[in-house]
Amino acid sequence: MNPEYRPYTLVAELTYRCPLRCVYCSNPVDYGRHDRELDTATWLRVLEEAEELGVVQLNLTGGEPLVRDDLEQLVEKARQLDLYTNLITSGIPLTQARLARLRELGLDNVQLSIQDVKPVESDRIAGLRSFERKLEVARWVKSLGFPLTINTVLHRDNLDHVADVIALAEELSADRLELANTQYLGWALVNRKALLPSREQLDRARELALAARERLKGKMEVLFVVPDYYREFPPACMDGWGRRFLLVSPDGLALPCHVAHEIPGMTFEKVGSRPLAEIWAAREGLGRFRGTDWMPEPCRSCERRDVDFGGCRCQAYFLTGDAAATDPVCVKSPRHELVEAARAEQGAPAPFVYRGPKGAAARTG
Amino acid sequence: MISTESRPRLASKVRLRFDRKGERYMLLYPEKGLVLNPTAAAIVRLCTGEHTVGAIVERLVEEYPTQTREALEREVLEFLSAMADRGLVHGDV
Repeated sequence: MNPEYRPYTLVAELTYRCPLRCVYCSNPVDYGRHDRELDTATWLRVLEEAEELGVVQLNLTGGEPLVRDDLEQLVEKARQLDLYTNLITSGIPLTQARLARLRELGLDNVQLSIQDVKPVESDRIAGLRSFERKLEVARWVKSLGFPLTINTVLHRDNLDHVADVIALAEELSADRLELANTQYLGWALVNRKALLPSREQLDRARELALAARERLKGKMEVLFVVPDYYREFPPACMDGWGRRFLLVSPDGLALPCHVAHEIPGMTFEKVGSRPLAEIWAAREGLGRFRGTDWMPEPCRSCERRDVDFGGCRCQAYFLTGDAAATDPVCVKSPRHELVEAARAEQGAPAPFVYRGPKGAAARTG
Repeated sequence: MISTESRPRLASKVRLRFDRKGERYMLLYPEKGLVLNPTAAAIVRLCTGEHTVGAIVERLVEEYPTQTREALEREVLEFLSAMADRGLVHGDV
């Protein structure tokens, strides 16, 4: 296989279960209907095969990975394979003793989500009283000698608090702060009306983040990811489909990202059905939108086609109904009006639909 | 600030790994990897907190006799300063 396509990072979605019910969760809206979770032995084999294939980074995520009681075994195996292992977590449910054990077993980094800077606002997004506990977890992380990444997903109701988020991350001695704006897929698409910010809000927050990045250089890394909806051109989603990232869903599908299995008509293979290297190299599934051959116009003749690889296939599907269409976020897309319309209705009051196993329809209908 | 008296050490979040596929060293840190050329790998392997930048330069002078000491010193200082700015190396004296 062309070395251009090598998975450096395995995103292991261990479960869709999570005690939090965040309104922008990136899990599929129908996650409650998926097959049962992979067992420990299968995950251990996936880690081995992934490392063999070139993976050097492992993101343990979900759902909430802490609800798996074999997390220790997976971390231990990852360390044996010399993988750099990130635990991407809400911090709940966790004890200090378990975290210490994970440290001993070789976990490298903890990425903790914090929804906002005050308990009421934060817990409102998470759908669970969790804010104070998260701060406690952050202190455990640092006292055990882990590097700490704080991740705050940004949207209309917390973008104006970015200065306070930065101050909180500093107070917690975070090594890295990810200020990642909501991208409108999964539950965030269901809640788009309630979450999409204004351009002015976004610009102000970005200025603050850039100033903090400069001020904290060498001490705390500050990332600011703008929402695709306010970009002129889409970014290279996942660095390009099936190019640098491999994601395995809780039920074992080998995927290019956390959403692609929601596209009807796509066939993705399950890990264990044949060697992972073959699944990675397949023409269908992980190969379906790899590279540029699949592109329609205006992507095909665009000078940015090797820069953004046509943007996000899932966004194209969810907005236009066609996963092979140009990402409507792009100003050159013939369907760009879909994104403009979403921006135009920004600011209107809308109730939250909380993530839950019964899907969104059951909750809004 | 990295000077010849600094004793650089890798930040605790960073791990050095040999990449069998690419036959090269990589630095791994949260969500990222940095491919190292052979000189960079040689420098990073000496970032243990024991050696001064001056001592690291001496070591490289032996390993790369075709380059002048001045050029190597400049290269080491530039590389380590960039690494320190990214929080990957601490330069405590």
